Amino acid sequence: MRFGLIMSEVGSGLRRNISMVVSVVLVTFISLTFVGAAILLQFQIGQMKGYWNDRAQVSVYMCTDSSTAGQCNLVEATKAQKAGVEAQLKSPALGDLIKSVTFENHDQVYKNYKTYFKDTTGADFITPAFLSETFSINLKDPSKADVIRESVASLAGVEQVVDQRKYLDPIFAALNAASLTAVSIAMLMLVAAVLLIATTIRLSAFSRRRELGIMRLVGASNRFIQTPFILEGVIAALIGSVLASLAVVSIVRFFVQGYLGSQSLDTPFIGMSEAYVVVPILLVVGAVLAATSASFAISRYLKV
Amino acid sequence: MIRFDHITKLYKGNARPALNAVTLEILRGEFVFLVGASGSGKSSFLRLVLKEENPSQGQIHVLGQNLGQLTSRKVPYFRRNLGVVFQDFRLLPQKNVFDNVAFSLQVIGKSKGFIQEAVPDVLKMVGLAGKTNRLPHELSGGEQQRVAIARAIVNKPAILLADEPTGNLDPSTSAGIMTLLERISQSGTTVIMATHDAGIVDQMQRRVIELVSGQIVRDERQGGYQTQNIPLQGFGPASVARSDLGIAGQADEVGR
Repeated sequence: MRFGLIMSEVGSGLRRNISMVVSVVLVTFISLTFVGAAILLQFQIGQMKGYWNDRAQVSVYMCTDSSTAGQCNLVEATKAQKAGVEAQLKSPALGDLIKSVTFENHDQVYKNYKTYFKDTTGADFITPAFLSETFSINLKDPSKADVIRESVASLAGVEQVVDQRKYLDPIFAALNAASLTAVSIAMLMLVAAVLLIATTIRLSAFSRRRELGIMRLVGASNRFIQTPFILEGVIAALIGSVLASLAVVSIVRFFVQGYLGSQSLDTPFIGMSEAYVVVPILLVVGAVLAATSASFAISRYLKV
Repeated sequence: MIRFDHITKLYKGNARPALNAVTLEILRGEFVFLVGASGSGKSSFLRLVLKEENPSQGQIHVLGQNLGQLTSRKVPYFRRNLGVVFQDFRLLPQKNVFDNVAFSLQVIGKSKGFIQEAVPDVLKMVGLAGKTNRLPHELSGGEQQRVAIARAIVNKPAILLADEPTGNLDPSTSAGIMTLLERISQSGTTVIMATHDAGIVDQMQRRVIELVSGQIVRDERQGGYQTQNIPLQGFGPASVARSDLGIAGQADEVGR
């Protein structure tokens, strides 16, 4: 009985304010889509960081007989020099920082090179001898790459020490910037959404002020009076949240997995499982925001 | 039933109090007229009883409850014991007679069965049994006020407050409304009615409380709109000032 009455009040409120309700739906839709995009970007960053941290972060390139860089002088690194580098890497000072070291000789490096650059013109002219033999080092703490460089770069037979992360840092910076932008747009839009919900509810309460006055007069409880209005805001916001969730899921499904996935880029992308984590967050954020702003807006009409 | 203990009510931005040290007691089943000029504090009095306002000073007890200690959460439940009727009826224009009365029961959570029984009963009592499906604009003023009264008493309140219920009605319709209010009073409900209608007050010969500038200047057991006796309850300054207040026709009345 009471439930039916409350729901019919909600229905009439939504119908009466249809244009405001549509704008609430649209604003929550857009703002929560941005929130979802920001969360997805953070997931993507985390995933990429994890991916790259599992791989070699520092490469020590040994001399070839065609290189003059570093300690090289057009002389191939000798067995003794390679052993020296390996010993240095295994010394207690560095060994504690290193998770694993793998050594690739000319043929292994060439094989990797061929798989990565098989379509590149000129790849056929490269012979294994051109490519540096490489120590690939995986660090426990990727930010300690400088320590490795300082202690290894000056050893005989080392062409150069490269911190792979420096190639990734700009990518992470760009992703972080995009994520921050999305968050700030989302915040602005959420403020707009909250104000819009409050205005809508106030308008709805104003158009029903006769009923409200009589309800207060005959002793309807505050909860009974405010519930229809809060539900009204929550329902409008939830429609927006559902649309935003659909948008987030389709972004992941069709753009990230469909388009980016088909580009065969050597990067891991987020999948549907991340999208399904975002959906409940959006629904809860939408509902909670609407409930708070609506109850704040209606409280003025409940003063006794 | 209702006790005011040195109640003063000041509104913001107005140095003159709407009610000034008012003390009175109204007993169960009494029929009380509240008379006085506009701005004399009648409406403030009713609003204080309803706890729509809080007094600036003093304590109000209604139905055994100290209103000052009533939390705002409990106010709605307190109000279920009070019925209120206004000069402008305050009906919901899009609801018919039955629904207008039923609405006040629905919103306090009464069951459908109770509503189906109570509403026709009360409509019969106020004399609207045949008009349950009419909309308010299809009714005359007197009928609309009957709907409002039905709404106020359908929950069997202990107290009925009426703020100039006949203010918009012609004399014969008013008489009908008064008969109805009297019948409600006879069933044990305390009725407090603020009014300007001298004819009604004179005819009914009930307790009359007269307010002037927020002070009680008269409280008569069986009074008229204007007094024929020396005030029963008078405060020093108010009774002294009485002759200065220019109450018209007082001299004539005394001689009657």
